[in-house]
Amino acid sequence: MKVGLDVGSTTIKCVVTDDNGKIVYQSYERHLSKITEKMTELLTKVKDEVVHGDKALLTVSGSAGMGISQTCHLPFVQEVYATRIAVGRLVPDADVIIELGGEDAKILFLTGGTEVRMNGSCAGGTGAFIDQMATLLNVKLDEMNELANQYEKIYTIASRCGVFAKSDVQPLLNQGARKTDISASIFSAVANQTIAGLAQGRPIKGKVLYLGGPLTFLSELRASFDRALKVTGTCPENSLYFVALGAAYCSAEETDLDKALESIRKYGSSGNFLSIPPLFNDKQEYDEFCLRHEQCKAPRGDIETYAGSAYLGVDAGSTTVKAVLLGKDGEVLSSLYRSNSGNPIPIIQEYLLDLYRNHPNITVESSAVTGYGEELLKNAFGLDFGIVETVAHFTAAKHFRPNVDFVIDIGGQDMKCFKIRNGAIDNIFLNEACSSGCGSFLQTFANTLGYDIAEFAKLGLFAKHPVDLGSRCTVFMNSQVKQAQKDGATTEDISAGLSVSVVKNAIYKVIRVPNAADLGRNIVVQGGTFLNDAVLRVFEKELGVEVTRPDISGLMGAYGAGIYAMRKSTGKSSLVGQEELENFKHEVKVTNCGLCSNHCRLTINIFGGNRRFIGGNRCEKPVTKHSGGAELDMYAYKLKLLRSYLPAMGPRGKIGLPMGLNMYELLPFWHTFFTKLGFEVILSPLSNRELYIEGQATIPSDTVCFPAKLMHGHVQALVDADVKNIFYPCMSYNFDEHLGDNHYNCPVVAYYPEVISANMQCLEGFNFIHDYVGIHRKYDFPRKITPILRRSFPDITLPEVIDAAKDAYKAYDGYMDDIRKKGAEMIEEARKRNMPIIILSGRPYHLDPEINHGINKLITSLGAAVISEDVVSIREKRFTTKVLNQWTYHARLYAAAKYIGDQPDMNLVQLVSFGCGVDAITTDEVRRILEEKDKIYTQVKIDEITNLGAVKIRLRSLFAALEK
Amino acid sequence: MAKLKYDKNGRLLFTKEMKKDYTILAPMMAPIHFHLIINVLRNCGYKFELLENDGPNVVQEGLKYVHNDTCYPALLVIGQFIDALHSGKYDVNKTALVITQTGGGCRASNYIHLLRKALQKAGLEQVPVISLNMSFLEGNPGFQITLPMIRKFVAAMVYGDALMLLRNQTEAYEVHKGDSNAMVEKWSEYLNDQFNHGKGLSRIQQKEILYRIVKDFASIEIKKVPKVKVGVVGEIYVKYSSLGNNDLENFLREQDCEVNLPGLMNFALFKVDNRLEDIKLYGGSPAKYFFVDLLMKYLRQMQDTLIGAIKSEPRYNAPQPYPHTKSLVKGVIGYGDKMGEGWLLTAEMLELSEEGYENIVCAQPFGCLPNHICGKGMIHRIKAIDEKSNIVPIDYDPSATRVNQENRIKLMLAVAREKLREQENETQPGA
Repeated sequence: MKVGLDVGSTTIKCVVTDDNGKIVYQSYERHLSKITEKMTELLTKVKDEVVHGDKALLTVSGSAGMGISQTCHLPFVQEVYATRIAVGRLVPDADVIIELGGEDAKILFLTGGTEVRMNGSCAGGTGAFIDQMATLLNVKLDEMNELANQYEKIYTIASRCGVFAKSDVQPLLNQGARKTDISASIFSAVANQTIAGLAQGRPIKGKVLYLGGPLTFLSELRASFDRALKVTGTCPENSLYFVALGAAYCSAEETDLDKALESIRKYGSSGNFLSIPPLFNDKQEYDEFCLRHEQCKAPRGDIETYAGSAYLGVDAGSTTVKAVLLGKDGEVLSSLYRSNSGNPIPIIQEYLLDLYRNHPNITVESSAVTGYGEELLKNAFGLDFGIVETVAHFTAAKHFRPNVDFVIDIGGQDMKCFKIRNGAIDNIFLNEACSSGCGSFLQTFANTLGYDIAEFAKLGLFAKHPVDLGSRCTVFMNSQVKQAQKDGATTEDISAGLSVSVVKNAIYKVIRVPNAADLGRNIVVQGGTFLNDAVLRVFEKELGVEVTRPDISGLMGAYGAGIYAMRKSTGKSSLVGQEELENFKHEVKVTNCGLCSNHCRLTINIFGGNRRFIGGNRCEKPVTKHSGGAELDMYAYKLKLLRSYLPAMGPRGKIGLPMGLNMYELLPFWHTFFTKLGFEVILSPLSNRELYIEGQATIPSDTVCFPAKLMHGHVQALVDADVKNIFYPCMSYNFDEHLGDNHYNCPVVAYYPEVISANMQCLEGFNFIHDYVGIHRKYDFPRKITPILRRSFPDITLPEVIDAAKDAYKAYDGYMDDIRKKGAEMIEEARKRNMPIIILSGRPYHLDPEINHGINKLITSLGAAVISEDVVSIREKRFTTKVLNQWTYHARLYAAAKYIGDQPDMNLVQLVSFGCGVDAITTDEVRRILEEKDKIYTQVKIDEITNLGAVKIRLRSLFAALEK
Repeated sequence: MAKLKYDKNGRLLFTKEMKKDYTILAPMMAPIHFHLIINVLRNCGYKFELLENDGPNVVQEGLKYVHNDTCYPALLVIGQFIDALHSGKYDVNKTALVITQTGGGCRASNYIHLLRKALQKAGLEQVPVISLNMSFLEGNPGFQITLPMIRKFVAAMVYGDALMLLRNQTEAYEVHKGDSNAMVEKWSEYLNDQFNHGKGLSRIQQKEILYRIVKDFASIEIKKVPKVKVGVVGEIYVKYSSLGNNDLENFLREQDCEVNLPGLMNFALFKVDNRLEDIKLYGGSPAKYFFVDLLMKYLRQMQDTLIGAIKSEPRYNAPQPYPHTKSLVKGVIGYGDKMGEGWLLTAEMLELSEEGYENIVCAQPFGCLPNHICGKGMIHRIKAIDEKSNIVPIDYDPSATRVNQENRIKLMLAVAREKLREQENETQPGA
């Protein structure tokens, strides 16, 4: 008999076939990461109940089976390879296989040149990702499938990494989007991710097979793939077992099952993993620790006996909703801490009703709300004030420790830390979308391992050998935990290790300090995650200071909002009354905004009493019906200016320029150059989602920055418009603005045309001119480009080119002058109107609304003027930086940062593209330059999709700090 | 501690006084090469020491003192330095560090600044950092790159390439396990002794020694059996450094493969040639062209000597001369792509495939900017040119797990083994 064992990342599958290849036994179960135990159990069963002492040929496969089989000398076959073997035998006419597993996604092309593709370690999270999403929606997987079946609209959810998608789903939930639509959107995101990440330009057609757990169990996921691929794929019989079957078919060596079992048992107890000292050495140490922290208590009042004025604070966080009712003296009368189950509205409704019904002697005099759901709840219940989270947390922290100089809050989904300087919030650190090692991260792991979070956290306190797991995002952590388990770490060790990882993530990735002294001595920690003693302990140990953890650590946002409400109270609250609450109405409508070309997908919440709330908008247009402050927005101005370079008919025909990356700023140059040479210059259209999707299948590297990825869509658009000549040159060097040591373009900007040329097959039959040109050498440029152009247009002459180049340089200079003049005017106007000025710093291509996600509009809507970095950078002379200042665009950042150091009414916000390696260097340097002059550094990370909620927190906090 | 002197921009200098009693620490990359190179530098009058510390603390220190989104090699190199300085093994008041700086448009040119920032954070500001570069960046009164030094440097690199190549091509088939490594040891020792006596560096001596080395390796008893042949290309640090690539070379050997890592010589040629290409593409001074071209010719001669020596034993597969390697990417990627490993990386993949090492691991740090273009970005085109190429790109970073990486490599190997079996069946008709 042949035994195939497929030990995957979340499940273990076993198949036994007889000598004719007929299946005589099969099993499928989740292994909850207890790999050795499950393997032992399964093999024992197979040995006793199926094989009955017959000859057994065993082969192991699967990612989690790899290490074991190697150490135990069991035959191993790589899982994708095994799948191919099985398909070759069972469905010989298949063309393409799509297999999703717990963490892996694979596509196998069988006909027309066999090729196997597997997701890289970054795009991990398919099955496990869907699990996480189901947890977030608070539904079971089969329910999610049901829900998806009834969808009406699909939202765009980042189709790259699970963690990103999560931060897209959360705001949707908070806006009140329907679970049916979200479920379907999640499936569609998975399909897009798999196809975009793995097909890499190769068309998927013919007979498509769907294999693996998620595609077997979730019919709607299959439907999403069908829709995306425009095919009807099949999910064959035994679709869960193809890897195990392939392994069985591969089996050629007789295996002594007893011996195998013995070596697996031994393997399980190797105890060989990297560990750190225990959190507590003994119970006594723990007791002392608890005693110390118990002393920090908020005053309490008795709601049953209390009568009179009260103040309500609500914190609608990403995964939980919290409320606190305060008495006249700030005593806590009652509190609420609940998972928001995807919708905070019914929870608050119930809480208020309970208050009205059971405590008629209490009058809520004022109320405030903070958190992700701020706007939604404020509109739903007529709460009086909405405040930004950081202000709420600071207000609360100050109450416990008036001289607080650092606050760190780790919540379910996000982490907020800030320093306090001169009584104002300064230097905010928020976790970027990529590193959400927060509360929900611990929760997800607890659930995967079959524990509830409180119980799981306790396990770690006395772990003998906490595992060193490093600090990384959830997707990486999954595999790291698995590895540790394989190496024999106990659940206790893992629990402690995960707590360590949360803290290290906070300290080294989010706050980025190597030294506790930099954080000050008066630290207040809060947020639900710090209720976990293990996390608190690790934090103190890592920083070497004793910190304050209030007993209402999880409620601090709400508490702060409550205090705020009390201070601002006018004596009369606009909160909805009991009668209205009893007949509370909440309706949700989804629609597309038609007020500008962004076409935001809006979620409209309609409540009783004519209150409504619109979510999903990037600007204030759909709310106020007019655009605000557009005249003081350099981003809008520059974009408009660039779009005014229109094609003019020319004798030499059309030439296309893809509008992305460095083409943005160089458009005046190239447009003039080619127009003068007699070409009709055709630009690719403004970016939008559809344009991106059109090109995404040809992106070879899924970790390159989003602006580069968009280029594929732009070139595709030119091809679709049948522009036969497309000009997109490689440029190692940019103009030398004499601000730095050199004037390079970054490697991606410099050479992306090579990627386009090598990966976009649609260019066949088109003339794609992507030679290397050097516009930084004015004299040489025409002499060098003439032969390049003559290859395509033999009649072009050098004198013509010299002439055109002269105009091109002039046009470029004119454009830059115009920008700087206009910018100066805007600054002057802003100063006249006493408006704060934000230098929104990035690269020229951050003008693209699809890239900046309307952040410029968000800033103007908050009442500030938006000026671009190139306006002020030339006001500085070259100066010494602490890094090698060698890129033209980045040199402007340093100069702009230096300039605003002496401008009291200017602040800098840096836009950073996710995956931009160069910005790992520039961000630290820009921050250093600003902090030298006591300026606040604000960074906004942007990607394919951006969580504007987080951006808003940063910006509102910045403005709140400026007001002080 | 020596008196600390700073240049006008506030950079701490390595002074002549320091040269006398400071130990200069250098990071590890390619062990065979670096051991030879360090000895060359020692013979130029500096107290150099090559760092061999590895282990988890290196990564921890890196994560602690370097921006975590910075590329993995920076994190490791800086982590290795800080770990060494914190180990207590060195007097931090009498230690300097050396790091290379290419001056290209890649982030790598900034490692030295990140290192200084890290030192500052770690409270080790008194430790001077020397930049080793050919672009006239950052001079130091106590450390000069001289022409004889460059000559010796190049010689060490050529010897290193020879030893590495011979070891890799012999070891996979050696009858007595350990013979090849012993041979590397033996010749490294011999070479170091020669360097100490100022010998082994002239072209004539070098030629003679290289032929002897090749001959000696050829005396190792081997049994040629068909094996999967795997080439490794990538970002230079993770390509060579076992610390960076989770001991990739040994993993591949354990998987019963013959491993081929293209040598450092091509990289040196490439970096020099870039200056010529720049002038050709964008214009520039003919005088500069003339001098760079001289250097280029010198390096070419050295490479020819190496190739000639390897070819003297038919059982070895010599690398192709630089112009051939370069010609492979004509029409594939432009010669202007010079940042990081640039077009050379693409060329190496094509050359490996041409030489029968069509199974390729393309190793890069997670998010490596140049490799988006010349590595991952070119795989599609390489496959179109050379259908048999079987390339797997692998990303390295502090917590990308080994399991994940090895699983992907194993998939590549499974395909390679299948092809190998097919080939065997073809060559044995009737089997």
